[in-house]
Amino acid sequence: MGGFFKSSIGRKVAMALSAFFLMFFLIIHLAVNITSLFSVELFNQLSHFMGTNPLVQLALQPVLIIGVVFHFVMGFVLELKNRKAIGVKYAKNNGAANSTWMSRNMIYSGLAILAFLVLHFIDFWIPEMAVKYIEGDMTGMIAGTQEFRYFEELQHKFVSPIRVGAYVIAFVLLALHLLHGFTSAFQSMGVTAGRKKFLQAFGKVYSYLIPLGFIIIAIYHHFNH
Amino acid sequence: MALDSRVPKGPIKDKWTTYKDKIDLVNPANKRLIDVIVVGTGLAGGSAAATLAELGYNVKAFCYQDSPRRAHSIAAQGGINAAKNYQGDGDSTYRLFYDTVKGGDYRSREANVYRLAEVSANIIDQCVAQGVPFARDYGGLLDNRSFGGVLVSRTFYAKGQTGQQLLLGAYSAMNRQIARGKIQMYNRHEMLDVVKVGGKARGIITRNLITGDIERHSAHAVVIASGGYGNVYFLSTNAMGSNATAAWKIHKKGAYFANPCYTQIHPTCIPRSGDYQSKLTLMSESLRNDGRIWVPKNMDDVMAIREGRKKPTDLSEDERDYYLERRYPAFGNLVPRDVASRAAKERCDAGYGVNATGEAVYLDFASAIERYGKEQAKINGIDNPSAAKITELGEAIVEAKYGNLFQMYEKIVDENPYKTPMMIYPATHYTMGGVWVDYNLMTTVPGLYCIGEANFSDHGANRLGASALMQGLADGYFVLPYTIGDYLADDIRTGAIPTDTPEFEEAEKEVRDRIDFFMNNNGTKSVDHFHKRLGKVMWDKVGMARNEKGLKEAMAEIKQIREEFWKDVKVPGDANEMNPELEKAGRVADFLELGELFAKDALMREESCGGHFREESVELDGEQKGEAKRKDDEFAFVAAWEYKGEPADAVMHKEELEFNDIELKQRSYK
Amino acid sequence: MSGKGMNLTLKIWRQKGANDKGRMVDYKVNDISEHMSFLEMMDVLNEQLIAEGEEPVAFDHDCREGICGMCSLYINGEAHGPDRGITTCQLHMRMFNDGDTITIEPWRAAAFPVIKDLVVDRTAFERIQQAGGFISVNTSGNTQDANAIPISKHDADEAMDAATCIGCGACVATCKNSSAMLFVGAKVSQYALLPQGQVEAADRVRNMVAQMDLEGFGNCTNTGACEVECPKGISLDNIARMNRELLKASLK
Repeated sequence: MGGFFKSSIGRKVAMALSAFFLMFFLIIHLAVNITSLFSVELFNQLSHFMGTNPLVQLALQPVLIIGVVFHFVMGFVLELKNRKAIGVKYAKNNGAANSTWMSRNMIYSGLAILAFLVLHFIDFWIPEMAVKYIEGDMTGMIAGTQEFRYFEELQHKFVSPIRVGAYVIAFVLLALHLLHGFTSAFQSMGVTAGRKKFLQAFGKVYSYLIPLGFIIIAIYHHFNH
Repeated sequence: MALDSRVPKGPIKDKWTTYKDKIDLVNPANKRLIDVIVVGTGLAGGSAAATLAELGYNVKAFCYQDSPRRAHSIAAQGGINAAKNYQGDGDSTYRLFYDTVKGGDYRSREANVYRLAEVSANIIDQCVAQGVPFARDYGGLLDNRSFGGVLVSRTFYAKGQTGQQLLLGAYSAMNRQIARGKIQMYNRHEMLDVVKVGGKARGIITRNLITGDIERHSAHAVVIASGGYGNVYFLSTNAMGSNATAAWKIHKKGAYFANPCYTQIHPTCIPRSGDYQSKLTLMSESLRNDGRIWVPKNMDDVMAIREGRKKPTDLSEDERDYYLERRYPAFGNLVPRDVASRAAKERCDAGYGVNATGEAVYLDFASAIERYGKEQAKINGIDNPSAAKITELGEAIVEAKYGNLFQMYEKIVDENPYKTPMMIYPATHYTMGGVWVDYNLMTTVPGLYCIGEANFSDHGANRLGASALMQGLADGYFVLPYTIGDYLADDIRTGAIPTDTPEFEEAEKEVRDRIDFFMNNNGTKSVDHFHKRLGKVMWDKVGMARNEKGLKEAMAEIKQIREEFWKDVKVPGDANEMNPELEKAGRVADFLELGELFAKDALMREESCGGHFREESVELDGEQKGEAKRKDDEFAFVAAWEYKGEPADAVMHKEELEFNDIELKQRSYK
Repeated sequence: MSGKGMNLTLKIWRQKGANDKGRMVDYKVNDISEHMSFLEMMDVLNEQLIAEGEEPVAFDHDCREGICGMCSLYINGEAHGPDRGITTCQLHMRMFNDGDTITIEPWRAAAFPVIKDLVVDRTAFERIQQAGGFISVNTSGNTQDANAIPISKHDADEAMDAATCIGCGACVATCKNSSAMLFVGAKVSQYALLPQGQVEAADRVRNMVAQMDLEGFGNCTNTGACEVECPKGISLDNIARMNRELLKASLK
């Protein structure tokens, strides 16, 4: 099995496996965030659970980080290898004639998502880590009150229209990334024929709904704080 | 030299078996000490190279393409015959033998054909074991279709790409041996001469088509499997690179060339569209299973169609002349190729050709679509189906059977053959003639073998559909590997053949001189200019119908073109790099000699047989009036030509053909 | 049947040899009939060049009926040009218009180095097939009867669909990653789908994929361009099947 992941196909499979994990994570993330639209209380509770549960924090969180880092690093490694495999470039190449823009530009949509993730980490994750593990405040409360801080923080972040704009753009690119990535991952895992139609349809729905969900959340809070 | 066909004694049924039992064998340890050169990697060469390497010989294989898999066997569409009798329709080894001899108009060697029929069943077994995806029926067993000239279904097929699949099978077997180091493969190499040492073939001179390097290769035996010479017509269904150089070079070094005038003009090809045309495309003969061939009955309709005032679909059944069904009620559209081609020519010469050039007839699938449609409606339980539904169902069946051919036709002609009949016209397709070989497939030069289309052996004066693939693979897989052992058994102590001998030096010098000549000739006309002129003479005067006057003119004209060629041909570029024009120049130079011998052979053969039709030799009355007339008393022989300098000076040696197991009869398809 | 007589500008890659740098050169051809095949148009150009004392353009071609897989031109940014389901030799000039400029380049991939002008070296494909693209059965005439193992029509047809690959390399040429997976996938699939191929299935896929990687082809990112440009319509499913086969072989 060790040799497998050294082969070109093994690397594809590894990309696909990390993609599955990330796609699953997106569902969870959206499921938690979407509650902020209708129940401040539920959102706070869920956020607190995710932020303080040792299993989530000490087991799932590192796996997630590794997954993200792996997916990006592997993506770059493959892109570089592929560029080397091309050699001389065509003077005229009509890629649009035979493939989608999304499929040809995964590296760019991926880079944009990476840039967004940096912003996202600065926005949420680093302050969160600082509060919890440097300041040692595991209560999840706004200082000096008995109220959870999560919803407050969320709303606060979406005040700036520039940030909301950046979020919207990033999620559009995520949609594009998923539109190719979803079925591509299944194809890499060897799924064919009869199952493909269903997966393609499902993939489309998934690729639109997940980013749309995040965009609605951002815009909703921008206008309702 | 007297021609000895070395056919073993005994009843025809036992000849091959008995012969194999008595043949000299080379023991496995000694095979390692023996080198064999195979030139050409089509079905014959590829299968021979793989099998010889499996047996333990060191094989060097050569092809001019960039991969052995691209040899022109790949273009064979329809299928491969084998006497398996899976359909239980009365087929047998004898019947396949009989059909092939009869189909060849009684001009082939009985013993060779019987052996071919005998090993045909092995071929199918072997190919299936190799993973060739032949068509199967719903029960999972192999499917068959029928082909022209026979009354049973014995043709195995893989869609319309049987040649490709069989070649890929042989190629995969080669790959296995290349990986083992038993075959050394030389892609993009062209053989430019054979080297004889002490009267035996001991090597070849090649040109590396990438670097231009002239190389010497030695071996204990040389096998030529370089295909046919159809490109002597310039336009043919052969590949652009298909050439006769290897066969012609060995002819000039002592191998006799047999029956060059036996050339197959295939009836179902896409008609020519203009002078720029570089090749003709075959539409598989299998289409004649379901297609009906016709031209309009009335000249008015012909004119109306040519001028675009009428469409072929406008003509009612009464206004159509299904001339094959009319002339040959027993076989109808499934008459052998030579008969179908001549019938098309007859109608077009009479002015009934349906396109602007006047050289096209219709191949119509409307009846088949209707028939299949009704059948499907019944199977699917549709009562009173509409005409549109029937057409839809029928078209689906026709598509499943011939879809890729129909698509090919539409791409080339820009017409939809489901809706309007195809236009077809005969084109040069296959050459039954070739290098003379004995029962062992050895030429008149010891140690020099010739297999597949390149030899003359099995098809006589006409080849039946789906028999070329059978012969190529029979020669390569099952015949040559045995018979060559008989010769090589004497070579186990010879040791490696050195290439630094005067014989190799001389052969190499000849090759270099000729290349230098081309590069320094500074002529004014391209190679294609001469090739096209040669082709026109061949087609007009040595084509589907030949006569004494025309053949004499052709010989003189070809000689004239040849002389002009040597004076005025222009080859640009350098010799020490890839140079397609230089490659073509060498090949056309050889065609210019072969063409003349071809005409000479046709002139000598004052009878009509198979693909060779002499206008002077037709039945004058009776039921067969106007049909080809064979003259068994005078011409039941193989004409093997010995090279004597000029093609016109070639000396004929006769191999009389004896028919002990088949009675010679007028070939009737009426 | 004369065509409408198009006048065209051709931009063609010229490269003297493997070590030459190469460049695009413009040519003009006139009075091209719409019924010509693309390669016949190239013949016209070459005859013109010979007459002018220039060296003709070298390009690979042989059968000119779409089956040998020798022809290999990248025309106006697409492998085998703008039509579908065909090779370059089956591309007809009716796909173009009077006054068009046509860009003609060789297949581009590090694993397919240019030999001269538009001719590339595709022997990497040879080595991949030598690594395992066969069933190890000797020619004996004593193999079992061809009908001894029934094969379902469905499997036989699918194997046939994979086996129609002509090895032209359009998949590699068109792939933005120069990946050869459609080609290798088709070869692996043909044997994987047949019972005869099962015995060596694991070794076959391992060895062929290893050789493919060694040759320096890129990695498949499932853009599907190869499937669209493939003259024989080889399905992307063959790549998925190869992925599965390799996974299966590795779990053994």
